[in-house]
Amino acid sequence: MRIIVLVKEVPDTYGARTLNLETGLAERGASEPVLDEIGERSVELALTLAAEVDDAEVAVMSMSPESAVTRIRKSLAMGADRAVHIADEGLRGADLTLTAEVLAAAIRREAFDLVVAGDQSTDGVGGVIPAMLAEHLGAPHLTSLDEVALTADEVSGTRTTDGGSLALSAPLPAVISITEALPDARFPNVKGIMAAKKKPFDTWTLADLDIAADDLSAPRSIMTAVAERPPRVAGVKIVDDGDGGTKLAEYLTSNKLVRGAGR
Amino acid sequence: MSEFASDSLLVLLEVSPGGELSASAGELLSGAAAVGTPVGLIVAAPGDGSGLAERAAQLGAARTVVVESDRVASELVAPVVDALVAAAELVDPDAVLAAHSVDGRDIAARFAVRARRAVAVDAVSLSRDDMGVVAHHSVYGGAFTSASSSTFAAPVITVRQGAIDVTAAPQPVVVDRLDLAPSELRGATIVDVHQVETTSERPDLRGAKVVVSGGRGLGSAEQFALVEQLADRLGAAVGASRAAVDAGYVPHAHQVGQTGVQVSPDLYIALGISGAIQHRAGMQTAGTIVAINKDGEAPIFDIADYGVVGDVFRVVPQLLEALGERR
Ligand SMILES: Cc1cc2nc3c(=O)[nH]c(=O)nc-3n(C[C@H](O)[C@H](O)[C@H](O)COP(=O)(O)OP(=O)(O)OC[C@H]3O[C@@H](n4cnc5c(N)ncnc54)[C@H](O)[C@@H]3O)c2cc1C
Ligand SMILES: Nc1ncnc2c1ncn2[C@@H]1O[C@H](COP(=O)(O)O)[C@@H](O)[C@H]1O
Repeated sequence: MRIIVLVKEVPDTYGARTLNLETGLAERGASEPVLDEIGERSVELALTLAAEVDDAEVAVMSMSPESAVTRIRKSLAMGADRAVHIADEGLRGADLTLTAEVLAAAIRREAFDLVVAGDQSTDGVGGVIPAMLAEHLGAPHLTSLDEVALTADEVSGTRTTDGGSLALSAPLPAVISITEALPDARFPNVKGIMAAKKKPFDTWTLADLDIAADDLSAPRSIMTAVAERPPRVAGVKIVDDGDGGTKLAEYLTSNKLVRGAGR
Repeated sequence: MSEFASDSLLVLLEVSPGGELSASAGELLSGAAAVGTPVGLIVAAPGDGSGLAERAAQLGAARTVVVESDRVASELVAPVVDALVAAAELVDPDAVLAAHSVDGRDIAARFAVRARRAVAVDAVSLSRDDMGVVAHHSVYGGAFTSASSSTFAAPVITVRQGAIDVTAAPQPVVVDRLDLAPSELRGATIVDVHQVETTSERPDLRGAKVVVSGGRGLGSAEQFALVEQLADRLGAAVGASRAAVDAGYVPHAHQVGQTGVQVSPDLYIALGISGAIQHRAGMQTAGTIVAINKDGEAPIFDIADYGVVGDVFRVVPQLLEALGERR
């Protein structure tokens, strides 16, 4: 059984994340790049699932700049068996259409039984890549799963939507995406870090996948404007001396933010 | 069938497992009405289409394409994608809109790939220029705004729930029925549905005008009731930090932030929340921010319009008393 986990490199949410006001692209270097937390959780899940079926191999795959190697290697240190890194200058600023096309081509080239992705990345918050991939691959998708179970020929799980929660299942091959309700990722130990150095690590370019990034025959989404919102500034801060609640009530009513008693 | 207006937008109206139109329907139709002629698409269980189409017209759909299929109950979104492909061919819209919900995202994603369309996600508003329909986004938790269009062809746009006010005027009911062609691509099987009961009188977090959120500072699920009490007094929705969700005080659906719901209410009150950057990413575009936290150094105070350094268990009861009963 081959499980492919999709991990994305994103700017650290703890840092200052900025967009370049000329290009609209994320300003690399403005904040430390990290593996998206949901991607680490996906690796964790894949390793857990792999332990429950026979002969499973876990490959991590990422489309990210060349510099992402160290972050991808972290997934190998956690226990994944091999890595596929798709890096190409032509992918800078790739829209969702191109991203899905590239990842789908790479997955097809690898062959797979199960693709595990995060439900949404913290930079794009697109939340559409997993279903786009499933469509490219002609496979069913089970997205936003809070729980997952895997057998040799079927994946199942539960998904919470606004209307309720659904129990889902699909025969393999299938694409799933998971939410942060699934367990936190394990920390790589020293043995894992040492072993990671010897694990297969493939790097592919667009040429390897036969994709032309500048193909203009398909419509692409382009950013036409970017602006920075002025940051918020701190307002009034009072220390409660026994009348904090009363003062806050006055603030809220005098600014017509709430309806006061009897009015 | 008569021709569809040349400025049509095809609006996917989600139907819940209980057979109701989702709350996002009115928002999407109002968003579409502001830039063109909203044409609704309803994919429902046999017999449910007509009633839902009437509701869609009330919410502003100039016309509604109705597809009925018994596949909707057993297959995850696949029949809706098939219906959307057929409806888009029929309507030839300037844009296809869906909610940025779990289902809406999946449907938009699969449709975009199958129909070879560009996708713009999580739009907070729409406009039109000489390139067509433009999606406006709030990026990195509202620190940036951006606009996007498709290089050509109608884009697929998912719209953030709660971002657009429901303003469209009711329209006469016009229904176009469409049959679903059999599809080779089967969706995942829906084995079981557990409907959540919406017994709560409280407004939905998304789109709420007032939000009261609680964090780890509330200390326990029992004590989190204080947040609910204040919310009820203010007619507000209840939000929470991830730490409060992780600690089990409230379900994940209440989480505000980076990986939760992004809200933009007129008033946001943060109780016992430190104001981590990922939490701020979900609420910093609020009109007025009020924070109560016993740590005067908590980062939430950097963005609060009115901050009270104090214990929520002392300040909030006093606040409730001062506000009195709502008349
Ligand atoms: C990838 C990623 C995504 C994340 N997404 C989110 C997200 O969507 N939403 C989110 O909220 N967080 C998110 N986080 C987590 C975030 O970093 C913080 O851990 C979290 O917001 C902290 O929640 P908190 O403020 O309730 O808890 P704490 O940081 O522990 O703060 C509790 C606060 O309560 C105060 N307090 C305690 N007792 C009292 C009292 N009696 N009266 C008054 N004040 C009191 C304390 O002074 C403290 O400031 C994310 C993190 C990561 C890495
Ligand atoms: N560039 C990428 N490389 C690898 N996986 C990705 C990439 N972009 C998105 N994904 C996967 O798709 C999920 C959802 O991403 P998004 O649709 O961008 O919110 C992520 O959590 C990843 O699992």
